[in-house]
Amino acid sequence: MTVWEVFRQERKGQPFQHAGALTAPDERFAEEYAREQYGRRGESVALWVVPREAVHEVDEFPDELQRNYHRVDGYPLKEKLREARARAGTG
Amino acid sequence: MRRAYAAHRVPVGRVSVTPTAEQLLAIADDELILGWRDSEWTGIAPFLEEDVAFSSIAQNEIGHARALYELAARELGTTADELAFDRAPQEYRCAPLVELRLPDWADTIARHWLYELADELRLQVLKTSDDRDVAGLAEKIDREEAYHRIHAQMWADRLAGEPRFEAAVERLWPAALAALPEDLRARLAERVGRDVARGPQPGALARGNHTAELPELWEEMTMVRRSVPGAAW
Repeated sequence: MTVWEVFRQERKGQPFQHAGALTAPDERFAEEYAREQYGRRGESVALWVVPREAVHEVDEFPDELQRNYHRVDGYPLKEKLREARARAGTG
Repeated sequence: MRRAYAAHRVPVGRVSVTPTAEQLLAIADDELILGWRDSEWTGIAPFLEEDVAFSSIAQNEIGHARALYELAARELGTTADELAFDRAPQEYRCAPLVELRLPDWADTIARHWLYELADELRLQVLKTSDDRDVAGLAEKIDREEAYHRIHAQMWADRLAGEPRFEAAVERLWPAALAALPEDLRARLAERVGRDVARGPQPGALARGNHTAELPELWEEMTMVRRSVPGAAW
C-alpha cells in the first residue's frame, strides 16, 4: 500500500490546499478513495492526488551569517521610527 | 408481532400492479437489500479507506431504493416507507443474489462486480422508458452507479486470477444471471466472459423466490419500525 497526499480546491480559481493523506494500493484506488473522502459532500471542485514519494520535501534553510534582514521579523521599524521622530522633533 | 403492523401493510403481492410499478419495485428491493448487506461491512472492511468507500456505496444504494420506492408508491397509492418496511419478506421482489449474507470479502466483491454490471444493463432499459419520471430517475441513478462500477471494476481487475475471487464469481454467476430479465442475460454473460447456458437452475435462484437468509435480514431491518407501529419518525 502506498501513501497518497490529497490536495483539494474548494472553488474554481482558488489555490489547492492540503486536505489529508490516504493509503491505497494504486492510482485507481487512490482516486476512488480521495473522491469519497474529500469530494462527495460538495466540498471540492477538484482534487490533486499525489503519491507521497513524488513530493520533494525541503526542510533546511541555513542562515549561518544571521542575515536577519531576509526575514519578516528581521527588520524591526519601531526603534528606527522612534529615533527618526526624535530627530525631527515630532516624537 | 406481525399482526400489530398488519393494518398499514401494503399487500402488493396480492394486488395487480402495472409492469412499471412491478419493475420499479424489483429494482428498488434489489437496491435496498444489497445496500443493507453492503452496510454490514461498515466498521469491518479490510482497511479504513475501503470502509469509507464501501459504506458510501451502501448508502447510495439505499438512496436509490428510496427514490424508486417513491415512484412506485405514487402508482400504488402508498409511501416509500411502507413499501420498504411494511411488506412481509415473501412479498419483496429482490433477487436471491442480493439477499445472500457474504461475510467473505472475495464473495462480496464478486457480487458487487456482477451486480453493478447487471444493474447497468437494467438501467439502460429504464432510461428509455416512456415515463419521463422513470427515465429521468434512471439517468440520475446511473450517474452515481458509474462510480460504483469504477469501484467494482478496479477491485475485479485487482483480484482477477486470485483463486478465491475467481471461485466466488463462479459460485455467484448463476444467481447474477437470474437477477436479470431473460433478454438481458446474454449481454451480461458477454461482459463477464461467461457462458449464458450455465445460467440459473430453474426455481431457487429466480426472482420471486427467496433465500433462507432474507427473513433474518428483514427481522433486523424492520425491527425499529415494527417496534412502534404507525409512529411518525
